[in-house]
Amino acid sequence: MKNIVIQLETLSCPTCAAKIEGALKKTAGVKDPSVLFNTSRVKLAYDEQVIQPEEVTKVISKLGYGTLSVKET
Amino acid sequence: MKKLSKKTLVILVSILVVISYALHKTIGYHPLTISIMLVSTAIAGGPILRRAISALRYRIVGIDALVSIAVIGALIIGEYWEAAAVTFLFMIGDYLESRTLEKTRSSLKSLMDLAPETARVRIDGVEQTLSPNELKKGMVLVIKPGERIAADGVVLEGSAYVDQASITGEPVPVFKELGEQIFSGTIITSGYLIVEATQVGEATTFAKILHLVEEAQDAKAPTQKFIEKFSRYYTPAIIVLSIITYLISRDVHMALTLLVIACPGALVISVPVSIVAAIGSSAKNGILVKGGEVIEKLSRVQAAAFDKTGTLTEGKPSVVSLHAYGLSQEELLRIAVIGETYSEHPLATAIIKEAADRGVETSDVPQNPEHIQGKGVSFTLEGESYFIGNRALFEENGIDLAVALEDIYREEHERRTAVIVGTSERVIGLIGIADKLREEAFEVIRELKKLGIKKSVMFTGDSKGTAETVAHTLQLDDFLYELLPEHKVEAVKDLQKKYGSVAFIGDGINDAPSLATADVGIAIGAAGNDVAMETADVVLLGQKLSALVDAISISRMAVKNMKQNIFFAIGVAATLLVGVLLGGVTLSIGMLVHELSVLLVIINATRILRFAKRKKYTIL
Repeated sequence: MKNIVIQLETLSCPTCAAKIEGALKKTAGVKDPSVLFNTSRVKLAYDEQVIQPEEVTKVISKLGYGTLSVKET
Repeated sequence: MKKLSKKTLVILVSILVVISYALHKTIGYHPLTISIMLVSTAIAGGPILRRAISALRYRIVGIDALVSIAVIGALIIGEYWEAAAVTFLFMIGDYLESRTLEKTRSSLKSLMDLAPETARVRIDGVEQTLSPNELKKGMVLVIKPGERIAADGVVLEGSAYVDQASITGEPVPVFKELGEQIFSGTIITSGYLIVEATQVGEATTFAKILHLVEEAQDAKAPTQKFIEKFSRYYTPAIIVLSIITYLISRDVHMALTLLVIACPGALVISVPVSIVAAIGSSAKNGILVKGGEVIEKLSRVQAAAFDKTGTLTEGKPSVVSLHAYGLSQEELLRIAVIGETYSEHPLATAIIKEAADRGVETSDVPQNPEHIQGKGVSFTLEGESYFIGNRALFEENGIDLAVALEDIYREEHERRTAVIVGTSERVIGLIGIADKLREEAFEVIRELKKLGIKKSVMFTGDSKGTAETVAHTLQLDDFLYELLPEHKVEAVKDLQKKYGSVAFIGDGINDAPSLATADVGIAIGAAGNDVAMETADVVLLGQKLSALVDAISISRMAVKNMKQNIFFAIGVAATLLVGVLLGGVTLSIGMLVHELSVLLVIINATRILRFAKRKKYTIL
């Protein structure tokens, strides 16, 4: 398990945050995702055997939200 | 299309909408009008539809879905203008909202911009520039005027005025010299410093503050949690309601309009914008508030319990009175400073500081200095022998105290320590030393009463007499004396039983349990004190007790702001609903009003940022 923080483009509605969180929760290999609305960030843990950070950001961009950076913590 | 920026898209769609509107008014629903409207709808609406579909795949029905259904519906029944207008308004609304949201977050962003970018270090006598994350503990930093300090450290050499606003919120630069602590993220305004790094990178106070502030922004308020739960069921419910409306009225337009006006946009954003603005303006004033829940609790505080030492007082002894018999006060101080040159006693430190503050300078040193345990010192200066110490020292040496006796009694009555200065024949002066009350303490207690705090109580380990004097001077409602730390926790609990919500204000030294027990634990002067920064709910980073009043005022303003936003959002939705049912509110008008209401909610929250600035000058 590895932890990452993904910086998103500014989120303009809290429901977007809920949407991203919901989608990530249903993504295999992603654990405990939390989307922080005010800071426009996503914190999550992922299983590197199952999924790579690039695939995680793909899930988010598919929902229509741009990602700016991915940082390991 | 992806390459075009949001701004370009907004401009493009605006032009298309204006042209199509003009055509609509002149030549009506001509094929040309319709095709321009369709292009505009496709550009503005495409992303909305895409987001709606991808969300549906995860079984989430959001605002995007509501808008998409409404737009597709409008196209099916041939309302091309409505479709173009709704998508355009939604797009421009979204754009303006993210711009204004940036503003509510701007004070936090400016805080983060204060992170130092380079550090000049001296290694083996050679100066070189490093990036802050290459710094290591123990490195020697050289900082010149206008430069930002890149690590926490201790001054080895030099002196300077340091602007600590980024940490403590104090607008006035602070003088720093040998041995004093300096913080990463602060700026030298004049002078220069050579500093040994004691904490670097993520371990610095500045980095910790940033981290805590970041966490705080998304620590949700109970109200926010409630609204989020509410909107999860609300949106699907609206779709059902819209279908029912259609089944009853057979009016497609009305059913679609219902979808648009019922978007909970303004409601869901009402709480987080107020919270983030409040946390931002607090941070700007040197106040760290740990999240929405703390803001709500702080606004409801009924009673305030203060620790005495270090909170109501400065926490270190200082000279509060000077009596000179037959010589000037400056001369008395000069003799006292020379006598105390080699002493590290806190009382000596207080005397030396007082002399420095009054500009009394001397490089003379005492001859034959002798330390008399528990009594004071004796020494020779310019052929005369002197004593500095307590009554016992003078009585023992048979020096007549008569001239100073009245003053000594007064000092003792005021619970100060009387330091007597004399020659082998007579007393020449008396220095009263006490842990001084903070200058603004009286004013703060009065302000709290004005804010409706029912009870201000002082906790202290001191004896009754000392406690009574302080409580009386500050006009506190009550005081508890001879308390041990564990008693303080019990005392906080008692207050909670009587008054409900209680704030405990301490300096974070020996009072962490009380900070944790109170509904709101507030630590003062906590920059650099990790335990206090961790335990307290509200951290006053500077040494100004008046920040407490600021913190409560901002929290009250934020909660009021939140309520205004919630009522406004619900009010607008209800009004629109009536408008739709009575007829007259079209799709595009509904969307316009909805987007405006979201914008107004955000703009309302930005008022919190201005309030804090204005308040700062009226309180201090």
